Amino acid sequence: MEKDIRIKLKDMVHSSGCNAKLPPGDLRAVLENIPHYSDEKLIGGYEKNDDALVYDLGDGSVLLETVDFFPPMVDDGYTFGEIAAANAISDIYAMGAEPMVAMSLMCFPSCLPLSVMEEIMRGAIEKAKEAGIRIAGGHTISDREPKFGLSVTARIEKEKVWTNGGCEENDALVLTKKLGVGVLMTSFKAGEAGEEDVGKAIGSMRTLNKKAMESARDLNVHAATDVTGFSLLGHSSEMAEASGKSIVIDSSALQFIDGAYELASEGFLPEGRYTNEDYIGEKVSFSENIPLPLKDLLFSPETSGGLLLSLSESDAKKYIERMEGKAFIIGKVVGKMEKDILVI
Amino acid sequence: MKEVDARGLNCPEPIMMAKRALIQSPEGIDITVDDRAALENVTRFAKSKGYSVEKKESGREWRLVIRK
Repeated sequence: MEKDIRIKLKDMVHSSGCNAKLPPGDLRAVLENIPHYSDEKLIGGYEKNDDALVYDLGDGSVLLETVDFFPPMVDDGYTFGEIAAANAISDIYAMGAEPMVAMSLMCFPSCLPLSVMEEIMRGAIEKAKEAGIRIAGGHTISDREPKFGLSVTARIEKEKVWTNGGCEENDALVLTKKLGVGVLMTSFKAGEAGEEDVGKAIGSMRTLNKKAMESARDLNVHAATDVTGFSLLGHSSEMAEASGKSIVIDSSALQFIDGAYELASEGFLPEGRYTNEDYIGEKVSFSENIPLPLKDLLFSPETSGGLLLSLSESDAKKYIERMEGKAFIIGKVVGKMEKDILVI
Repeated sequence: MKEVDARGLNCPEPIMMAKRALIQSPEGIDITVDDRAALENVTRFAKSKGYSVEKKESGREWRLVIRK
């Protein structure tokens, strides 16, 4: 089919990527009100804020299930499909597992040519292939705004699952992608971000967390998650809370995609930056010297962000070497303090 | 002073409107927003360009008086 280059997918949607997540406080309010029926085989579900559900298969292995979908942040269908797939599969990598198989979820406007749907699917299929899996069916509905994502399944030995709740005191906290995607994509929508910087943000989003997971599999990962819509501070806070510890983030060790800091300074911030602060602001404290644009970046949603791993300092050093400049130590785990997170 | 009505709009539209209006009217603008992200982002933008920002709240709306 011929590609229609006039279509701008990102201009069809109100919000995009992981910034389109419902404000976390709203979601929590609903989750607190609905019944929670226990199932002894269900050893990890949404009450634990983890990246995927964990279902005990009773033979020493567990099934992992996750689903993730969102509206486009780029204009090109193929790239959107790649990003949506990399983002959805990441939840499985964040649990320390290899994905096994996936299904797709597609919301598609009737006003768009079907070639756009085909491009989205092609991008997702190729990205899934890179992850070593097939997309085996899915569901498509007609909708005013396009949205796409995957449900991904994995199976792993029960003892090998990484959860977000095992941080130990003195662990080093490692992040495997630079921050700033949310700010850059908001600026891109406003026509303010530089082409090269946007290219770097897109490159980061479409990168699978496969190597990031595989490079840590033989190390003793105490806790893990990935950084997406709830921001670095939101996901770190979930980790700290689930572990009964606090986390100190060293702002001088953080790395941002080029252009993100300047754009944050000019106020090109995603809406999720504010709803994230509403939810977790009370759990975070900043040193006096932390400038506002840095706070803005740390509260801003990321899309298809990196893995956040909690490892002993010696394992973290080994890991950083293996990742060849694609991972950075950004902080450490300390005993429980009044706040979950301290940014210094 | 140039008036801008950015009510009912989501980011980044209000900040884009403020930027365009300040190019046409560099001495300042009055902009009305009804979204917290718009309020915060437009304020940050104006301050980063050396403007002063005075905020007047009425109900769920904010009028930002932006001056050189």
